Amino acid sequence: MTAAVEVKPTKTRRFRFNWVDSFLWFIRVAAIITIIVGFIGSIQLFLAGEGPTLQQWRDLVISSISQGAMYGLIALGYSMVYGILGFINFAHGEVFMSGTMVGYVAANLLFQAGMWEQNIVLSLFIVLIVAMSTSMLVAMLVEKAAYRPLRGAPRLIPLITSIGVSFFLQYTFAGLFGVGVRTYPALPESISGRVVILGVPIETTKLLVIIVAILSTIILWYFVTKTRTGRAVRAVAEDKEIAGLMGINVDRTIVTTFAIGGAMAGVAAIMWALLFRSVDFTTGFLPGIKAFTAAVLGGIGNLPGAVLGGVLLGLFEGTGPLLILAGLGIPAVSQLKDAVAFIALVLVLIFRPSGLLGERLGSEDRV
Amino acid sequence: MNLRKGVNRGLITGLAMSFVGGIGMVTTFNNKLLIDPILTMGYAVLFGIPFVIALISTKRVVLEGVEVEPHGAGDVLFGAVIGLVGGVMTALYVLLINAVDLTETFPNMGPPTVQEMTFHQDLYVGMGLLVLGTVVAATIGGTVRLIPERVRQSLAQGLLWVLAFAFLELIVEDIFEFAKVVTQFIYAQNGGLTVASATVIFIVSAALAYRFRGGASVLRQRLVGTDERGRSFPTKLALLLIGVGVVVLPMVLGGVVNELLINVSLFMLMGLGLNIVIGMAGLLDLGYVAFFAVGAYTTAVLTAAQSPTWNPELGWWGALAVTMVMAVIAGIMVGTPVIRMRGDYLAIVTLGFGEIVRILLLSDWLKPYFGGAQGIRGIPGINIFGQRISGVDPQLFIYFCIFFVGIAVLVSYRLLYSRVGRAWAAMREDEDVAEATGVGTVGAKLLAFVTGAVLASFAGALMSAKIGTVFTNSFDVLVSIIILVVVIVGGMGSIPGVMVGALVLIGVLGGPRSPGLLAEFSQYKLLIYGMILIVMMLKRPEGLIPSARRSRELHHEELTQDAWLDKKGQFSTDQAEEVPV
Amino acid sequence: MALLEITGLEKVFGGIKALQGVDFSIDEGEIVSVIGPNGAGKTSFFNVISGMFPPDGGSIVFDGDNLAGHEPNEITARGIARTFQNVRLFPNMTVLENVMVAQHCRTKSGLIGSVLRTPRQRAEERMIEEKAKNVLAFFGTRLAGYRYDQPAFVLSYANRRRLEIARAMATEARLLLLDEPTAGMNPRETIELTELIGKLRSERGFTVVLIEHDMKVVRDVSDRVVVLDHGVKLAEGSYAEISSNEQVIEAYLGRPAESETGE
Repeated sequence: MTAAVEVKPTKTRRFRFNWVDSFLWFIRVAAIITIIVGFIGSIQLFLAGEGPTLQQWRDLVISSISQGAMYGLIALGYSMVYGILGFINFAHGEVFMSGTMVGYVAANLLFQAGMWEQNIVLSLFIVLIVAMSTSMLVAMLVEKAAYRPLRGAPRLIPLITSIGVSFFLQYTFAGLFGVGVRTYPALPESISGRVVILGVPIETTKLLVIIVAILSTIILWYFVTKTRTGRAVRAVAEDKEIAGLMGINVDRTIVTTFAIGGAMAGVAAIMWALLFRSVDFTTGFLPGIKAFTAAVLGGIGNLPGAVLGGVLLGLFEGTGPLLILAGLGIPAVSQLKDAVAFIALVLVLIFRPSGLLGERLGSEDRV
Repeated sequence: MNLRKGVNRGLITGLAMSFVGGIGMVTTFNNKLLIDPILTMGYAVLFGIPFVIALISTKRVVLEGVEVEPHGAGDVLFGAVIGLVGGVMTALYVLLINAVDLTETFPNMGPPTVQEMTFHQDLYVGMGLLVLGTVVAATIGGTVRLIPERVRQSLAQGLLWVLAFAFLELIVEDIFEFAKVVTQFIYAQNGGLTVASATVIFIVSAALAYRFRGGASVLRQRLVGTDERGRSFPTKLALLLIGVGVVVLPMVLGGVVNELLINVSLFMLMGLGLNIVIGMAGLLDLGYVAFFAVGAYTTAVLTAAQSPTWNPELGWWGALAVTMVMAVIAGIMVGTPVIRMRGDYLAIVTLGFGEIVRILLLSDWLKPYFGGAQGIRGIPGINIFGQRISGVDPQLFIYFCIFFVGIAVLVSYRLLYSRVGRAWAAMREDEDVAEATGVGTVGAKLLAFVTGAVLASFAGALMSAKIGTVFTNSFDVLVSIIILVVVIVGGMGSIPGVMVGALVLIGVLGGPRSPGLLAEFSQYKLLIYGMILIVMMLKRPEGLIPSARRSRELHHEELTQDAWLDKKGQFSTDQAEEVPV
Repeated sequence: MALLEITGLEKVFGGIKALQGVDFSIDEGEIVSVIGPNGAGKTSFFNVISGMFPPDGGSIVFDGDNLAGHEPNEITARGIARTFQNVRLFPNMTVLENVMVAQHCRTKSGLIGSVLRTPRQRAEERMIEEKAKNVLAFFGTRLAGYRYDQPAFVLSYANRRRLEIARAMATEARLLLLDEPTAGMNPRETIELTELIGKLRSERGFTVVLIEHDMKVVRDVSDRVVVLDHGVKLAEGSYAEISSNEQVIEAYLGRPAESETGE
């Protein structure tokens, strides 16, 4: 028998010509050239006076960061579930969506009762609680009904199941709430508008989003590192079987993990409400995929990575089209925003699947 | 009898029934009569829920060495409890939505739903009927297990045939168009079976099932043969039947049904293609629709007069040759980067590719080539023997579809039982060991992608010719997922399974953007697809008609324990072969 | 010239030096055993030779060609096949299919041939099946007849090991690397397999390297024995020589002992 622990071997290069590797190099080179050429082109446009102004760039960056923060919070759910159970929970986007839809109901009620205008802070807080509770509930229900019976099945089975759950949830909400788009009530004068921080004017909504994101991450970090339950979560993520033998209730910990992911998605739901205001039953799909990209980008299973990945993805998706594609002379680049996000997804998964900060997988999934 | 479990199940029943009502399914489905005038589809679904839940709940799990409690009055009572709890809960729900106007938030929980769920009666009468109906349905569900098995199976057959006739009304009417008398007897004025015909069908098919117990396996033997290696293939009889059916049916069926069948065949074609990628080679491709798009757009660009920028206006067949080449290139381009990826990442990357292709086709940037949001119009049909056939003549067009489906079936079977198929199976089981055994996984994976891509591109080319236009909204991720559901429901790796899956799902429920046999399903189609996928994954991941191998793979543990005891109860001679020393 | 000539083979896993400059050579037709305590690097040795991991240093010259860094399927095509310590068959494929797959690197039919069932493809399929049956016949009636179409997972443990060896044989390799082929077998099965390993050479012309812990097998079947410990070759020679080698004994037992080590 060889060493007791099978450690992943160091990456040594195969010293032979390989179609696959050369194709991959070709992609790398093409991507880098595209980025450089596009970037130069954008600078030229900028200097020529066309393209966005400096202020517009600044606003764009702030928007992108706030959107990225939202992706980051959703990404936490993906990261945690992957770290603990080893599969991609497609339905997490819908967990997010459920928070936005039910949050809308609450917001609307508060608006009609006049409380929205009178006490926006309290109203937002209530909506936050409602959204978080809904998302948590949906996440936990899904775990109990669809994923728990599949514990131990080959990894692709829960993945496919989660696709089914995603659909089911989408169209359940469509059936319950109808297919129409719902718009959150506008924020009252008292808190909309801009605030100047460090000489930079930022819209209050975006500022709020960033602050909420930071707070949530800190709370989550504290929870995961300092509390007993958090330790249990990390232990179960590391090695389910051994954690169980150490006396940790694995089932309950997994439920907790889903609940936390759901809670974070609920917070993200409020952020969506603040940033975009309109929601319908399809709201979860794209952010879900992008959040997964963010999770992988940061390193799947790695919580700080998820948030970092989210912000980076937001920046890339927000500024990429204008920064790179416009410079290449492509018209109507805003249409391609999602394509940029998907390209980021593809590139990350091909070239750096372990992510920027490294993956944290359970023992079953480590090679 | 476990009271707590009964209440638990009852609550679930109530929840499900309220849900079904609350999303408006009961209201919508009630437009379809199954048996006129007593049973509409909505009520069938509504009361089907307690029936099925009671049925499932009375199933006994047979564990080795544990005494099994025989079915008896306890089960009936159990069913009644489920029904009572469920019925009361649902009735209370109806009371609630009647008293409180929730329609602003939940548009489907208004008066129409209340009306339907109280059978258009006075509120309290209706609620009482609701509870009664639920109790009855659940009790019957609980009683089913008491019926001796043979009778039970016959009754199930009878029910199945009644439902089949009710659902396939359109098709039956088409077939018997020359003999309207027959259909007028079977079906009622407003649609649905008449009570008389329903009863007749039920009794006849149940009786036949009883009499010819085991007939199904005899039939199967006549249709499916096994060669000396245990591989199944269609017998001459089966081929004859299929051949005759394929030639004759389109002529007999009307335009509407043929239209539907064209859709079914396109999905069948793509399902077979995806089956090769997922079922045989084990690569979960969620962006399969991209290859479909490649086929459709290549054909469009090359054949349409109105194609912007390039319009060589080749004939369809000429374009098809180019399409195949493009599909091969696309397959290689998608396959190469993902060769070393693990399964779930491969799924997401292919999903990403699919979306990127769609967004690019839709974009203004590539509008000069692909028509942007407007797409490309004016695609002529297929030229053959001097005639030009397009979707305007579904009865003729379908023959093309059948032809290509036939090619896909042939390719699938031939590959399955060949060196390539074995390499794929080995790769699917254990990639590292397959490599160590000499299988070049790089080549094998690419081959799978390419073959799947070419088949999908056929479907795309056919669709372009049929509709005459291409729009990008036919190529979103929904299509990929629906094809995936078809493959999984039918049976991953199982060729007949995929075909049946396509027939049943696309035929009855409909495709992502096209209706199926029953228009009432349209609204809830995707919800049902999602549910089907979940249920299949939980209960029967090998599909409805599993390939032998896949069934073994997925129920591995159950089988291994009994493996030493083969079906006839004889011990395997493994131990007996010990050579005495 | 030796069939396989390995010089200075190195392999590092993370912080662990699995192989630190191992030299090894074997001539055609030899049967050599590799032994050593747990953790010595024996399976890593096989893993590197068979291509599962590329070496970090040294050369692997097989029949005149340096195979270091090649893909596993290429190495198999060149003529080196292996079995695994914990039997890794294709459990849901039939016995016959498991062996037929091994012929993949020796055959050529691709998409076109398989779909069109050209005469060449059909002839090739027949040949593959015949060769597979021929290889299985090496194990007598144990893996023959009704066994052909049984899925591999129904086989008993000993039969699975035999099937794995059959699969390696069917690749038409010249060199077989057998990783603990008799592990888990009872004495009767072990004796039978020891004879079969001898016949691998005498009847089928294979050159064999085997990793073994059972010293009776090592004694009965090997021309030579190589001892590895902590990634280094400790000793090499006939069984008699190494079983009385003090360093070897110390590596296993840690103190001087009688000459017969192991049971």
